This record gives sequence, structure tokens and C-alpha cells, in this order.
Amino acid sequence: MNGTVVRLTYRALLGGRRAWLLLLMSVVLLAMAVLLRLTVGVDHQVTADFLGAVSVAALVPLFGLIVGTGVIGPEIDDGSIVYLLSKPISRPRIILSKLAVAATGTVLFAAVPTFVAGLVMSGTADRIALGFGVAALVASVAYSAIFLLLSVVTRHAVVYGLAYALIWEGLLGSFVPGARTLSVQQWSLSLTEAITTRDLVSSDVRLAVAGVLLAVVIVGATWYAGQRLRVLSLAGEE
Amino acid sequence: MSPSVLSVDTVSRWYGNVVAVNDVTMTIGPGITGLLGPNGAGKSTLIGMLAGFLAPSAGSVTLDGVTVWKNPDVYRTIGLVPEREAAYDFLTGWQFVLANAELHGLSDPGAAAKRALATVEMEFAQGRKVGEYSKGMRQRVKMASALVHDPAVLLLDEPFNGMDPRQRLHLMDLLRQMGADGRTVLFSSHILEEVEQLAQQIEVMVAGRHAASGDFREIRRLMTDRPHQYVIRSSDDRGLASALIADGSTAGVQLDDSVLSVEAVSFLRFTELLPRVARDAGIRLYEVSPTDESLESVFSYLVKS
Repeated sequence: MNGTVVRLTYRALLGGRRAWLLLLMSVVLLAMAVLLRLTVGVDHQVTADFLGAVSVAALVPLFGLIVGTGVIGPEIDDGSIVYLLSKPISRPRIILSKLAVAATGTVLFAAVPTFVAGLVMSGTADRIALGFGVAALVASVAYSAIFLLLSVVTRHAVVYGLAYALIWEGLLGSFVPGARTLSVQQWSLSLTEAITTRDLVSSDVRLAVAGVLLAVVIVGATWYAGQRLRVLSLAGEE
Repeated sequence: MSPSVLSVDTVSRWYGNVVAVNDVTMTIGPGITGLLGPNGAGKSTLIGMLAGFLAPSAGSVTLDGVTVWKNPDVYRTIGLVPEREAAYDFLTGWQFVLANAELHGLSDPGAAAKRALATVEMEFAQGRKVGEYSKGMRQRVKMASALVHDPAVLLLDEPFNGMDPRQRLHLMDLLRQMGADGRTVLFSSHILEEVEQLAQQIEVMVAGRHAASGDFREIRRLMTDRPHQYVIRSSDDRGLASALIADGSTAGVQLDDSVLSVEAVSFLRFTELLPRVARDAGIRLYEVSPTDESLESVFSYLVKS
């Protein structure tokens, strides 16, 4: 990793209005959790359904998309990436630094609020909060790596990222069971299933398979992003 | 600092069916080289390849014999001033140059940043954000970021674009100093006068091709010593036509609808000849206007020659 790349990325990512937008969405999640706790009381199934549908299925991929593409996409678009690339730093190191910022951001804004929302709704009972917190954390890293790679590969990373999150994981997953095997959401839910002590969540993917696939995706996407950054063409303005 | 040489060897670059750079060979050594050509001539594409940000579709680009593409180590030797404006607008000038020094892994980035900002005389504004800079200040801070590691090679893509005359002079002085220090400085421009004032060596690009190469006198001669078209109105067009055709410096004279068109072979001789001939023949000149003086026509002439 490179400290200067991390610092520049962090400032570019969270310097503007984006940080407030992300924070607002985290606060909304927590507010909804408090509201449910006050209106429904303690109902572990409600907690599991809420965190599964709102947090793991929507908030985490959305944050992964915003942050994962945000750490490098704008720099490639406006050309300022040239100041990083015209330095004797290995490209994989630049990617690792970017991933560190993206993953930390997604964990802070999506995974931590998920864990806290779990605590608010169910306390520490049956390790529900912990189960969803860990799932959100691992999914945050995986989405960050995937969307970071997408940003290096294509200028339309946000569009493709949304298509993946909405169409593949959302729609196709509900109709085509096979698609669920290749879904970050299902992999992370299998962690939740393994951690929670009550039968509230069921994932279509076995824990071992999910663990291997998550590792392959995180490592593979990061490695390939480094390779693609090595051959990134920066054309002039002619 | 040991002198560095950039070599472009039979390099082409195409985007799909469009050829941006076509079979270019040139060597850029210490001193100031100007890359001259109209917009869209392939200058930026060539600089992109020299800077290692574009792969040549054919041929090779090397720095002191080492391939530039996919070789981040060359950036220890190369300093790059890109044409694009974007440069971490949220940082102050100082933070921006310091970050560049740190990214180079310099042992004392603070001292390097200080020196670079002093070189471009930007200390007075180093506390302000880059986003608030004028175009000229931005160009200078970009220059400081490129100089921070004291590179032997400096590549500048259209560095004078949008600068006012004072900033232009200042940057020219700075580049002259860099060239005098033995650095290899290459800058691109579409303005002949800019290149002529600054560069010892000029490389002309037109429509992706390497159209001409030489020192500025040679290029100036190529550009002026070519057939020039003029339209002339005078008190006696027919008399003037016959007097002009008698001299060898005109290649052709045409007279229709009382418009006299003359094609001059030698620019310098013709400019001396015309007033003399007119005076001797007692003819009054009302109008002498060149018909092909646009830069593009000069460039396209160079391609044909």
C-alpha cells in the first residue's frame, strides 16, 4: 500500500457531498431500526428480514457501488489519475491502496450501521447482529473489489454495477436458482446462517463454497484490476 | 544529471480504423524540441506514447534504450505536464506538489516540493487550493509537480494554451533554463511562433505523419519558401501581369473577371519584386492579399513536399 495514494483517495472520496449522502443513508437505516424496535418490539424474524432485505441486499451493494467506483472512476474520467500513474509505483500497489479506502469506507458506512441496527432490534440475542454484521463486512470488501475492477475496466462502471446488483442479484436471483450460487449476497448470507444460533436465515450456498468464492472474487478482482491499470490508456484531448 | 534520449522508431498508433500517428521515427535529445502541428495532428497521441500512457500499435518508444510502455520505472527520469486541467482541486498548491514528491518516494519530499514551487515562482499562492487557481497558475503548479524529482526529461502537452503573454514569457524562460541545464525538453504546440521562439529543434506533425524535422531556420524556410497564392488588384492588372511573368519568381499568372491571381515560387523574392515592378511600370497597387496563408495550408504543403 502507499500512504499518499490512500490519503489522496480518502480526501477525494469523502471531501465533498458524497460523505454526507452516505452518512445520511446510514442514519436512515438506523432510524428505521429504532422505529421497528419501538413499533414491533423485539422480533428476531423481523430483524433478520429487515437486515437481509434492506441492509445486505440493498444498502451494502449500493454503498459498495458508490464507494468502489468513487475511489478511482472520477480520477480516470477527469484524467487526474495521470499524477498517480506518472510515478514509479507499481500499479497493483495503487489498486491495493484504493481498495483499502473503498473497503474501509463501505465497512464504516454500511457494515457498522448494519451491526448497530441488529443490536438495536435484537440486542445480542442469537448472535443475529453479529451474523449480519460479519456478512455486511465481508460483502463490503467483495463489492468494493468488484466495483473497483469495473471502474478500471470500463467508463460505464456505475451502469454495469447497477445492472449486476439489481438484475443479477435482485431479479435473476429470485427466478433462476442457479444465479444465486454466483451472488455475493448469498455468499455473505451463508456466513450469517453459520454465525446465528437460530434458524432465521437460509442461504443457497454452503459455507465452505461461499468462503472459497468470496476469497477468489476478492483476490481475483484486485489482482486483475492491478493488471488492467498497468495497461490503462490515457488519450490526449485531440 | 546524465543526458537522456527518447527514441520513436517507426511508431504508429491507430484507434479502430482511424490512424492517429502514422509511421513516425524521431529522436529527441537534450535541449528544447518543439512538436508543432495543427490540432488533431497526433501530437497528444505521440506525447501519450512517449509518456508511457498509450501503447504504440506498431513500432517502439524507448527512453535511453529502455521500453517506456508498461514500465513505471521510467518516471524516475520523466516529468510530465499533461494538457488536461484536472489536478486534485481540493488540495492546496503545496499539498499537491508535496503529494507528487511523496509519490516519487523522494527522501526529503518537503524540501523537493519547496524547491519545485520556488522554481516556478508559486510560493506566494501555495496555500491556496488548486481549484481556485487561474489557468496560468495551474499550469505552473503542474510544472512544479513535474519538476519535483528533478527529471532529466520533461514532456509538456500544449503548455501555453490559455496563458496570458506574461505567463507565456515566464514559462518560456523556465523552459529555456531547463534546456540549458541539459534536460531533454519536448513541448507540443500548434502555434509556429511559440515553437520558433523556444525550440532549437522542431518536429512537425501533420495528419499523423512526421512532416518535417530540423532547426527553426530550416522549418521557417520550408514554410516560407513554397508557392504562395496572391490575389492582386491594381490600376493596370494586365500590365502588371505581363511585367510579373517576365520574372522567374512567379510560376503562374492568371487574369479573369478583372481579378489577377499570381502564384509566387519564392516568397522573399516575390515580396521584393512586386512593389519594384509596379513602381517601374507606373502601376498603382490597391490590394495584395494572400489566399492560402492559413496554418493548415502551410502544414499541408509540408506534407506534400
